[in-house]
Amino acid sequence: MPALGPHAAFIIAAYVGVALVTFVLIAAVVLNGRAKRRRLRELEKLRRPEARQ
Amino acid sequence: MASTETVRPMRWYDRLGHPGAFLSWSGRLIWPLAGVTVLLFVWGLWLALYGSPEDYQMGATVRIMYIHVPNAWLSQFVYGIMTVAAIGTLVWRHPMADVTMKAAAPLGAVFTLMALFTGSLWGRPTWGTFWEWDGRLTSTLILFFIYLGLIALWAAFDDKLRAARLVAVLTLVGAINIPIIKFSVDWWNTLHQPASVFVAGGPKMPMNILMPLFVMLFAFTFLFLLLQILAMRSEIVTRRIDALQRKMAMEPRA
Repeated sequence: MPALGPHAAFIIAAYVGVALVTFVLIAAVVLNGRAKRRRLRELEKLRRPEARQ
Repeated sequence: MASTETVRPMRWYDRLGHPGAFLSWSGRLIWPLAGVTVLLFVWGLWLALYGSPEDYQMGATVRIMYIHVPNAWLSQFVYGIMTVAAIGTLVWRHPMADVTMKAAAPLGAVFTLMALFTGSLWGRPTWGTFWEWDGRLTSTLILFFIYLGLIALWAAFDDKLRAARLVAVLTLVGAINIPIIKFSVDWWNTLHQPASVFVAGGPKMPMNILMPLFVMLFAFTFLFLLLQILAMRSEIVTRRIDALQRKMAMEPRA
């Protein structure tokens, strides 16, 4: 742990806050993409002629 | 009578900007881009927390700069990309311009929020206050609200083409705020320090502080590029889903 001086709480809060928000942002983008691709695959399967018979 | 019309062959930039082609070439970029982003963050965080000295005035709080400045930079850079895409939507009506705008807006909003959050935490020990209604902070807060407004507008319309045109016009109107943010520190009295990196005559910082700042700038910019590509791919898939659902609704049921 680096020496953060008397204002360590502010520095830690800034880094932890940014790390959390960045993690949530990455997760949201990745999970949204996966859900969309899964939905597209399902719809394409439904539209195949053999699936409709 | 034979038609005299000719079909213009696709040029390289047409192929690059075609949604199907974008899905193909961007898919090959994701893992290399993710790898470079992780390496840059590891290197940048090590330099920011261990490999750089304290500032002679601010002490260790200078370390907040290494996450504040990249987010502040991205808050404006993302809006710049949206502005160029807005021109693409209004002038050429290119579908990828709409996709670019829609994917970038939430990312820009989050980077702006993180710039405000880290700036506030840096301001308290440095200036003695979390917030000050001065030009730089207020114009950055307005930028955040502009992003939220554009996101809400996208969501409010069922007709995506109409939404894209309206969002593009409002994006161009909102672009006036970017030079205001940039020059606010020169135009008005402010607690915020003036520009010290991109200035005539070179940066005013020593190399051991400038180096971690640049590495973190690249790390966050690569993260944005990666997330932008992923979000654009999702948006293209969303439009395919919409088109497919419309087709299926029109097909006769067995």
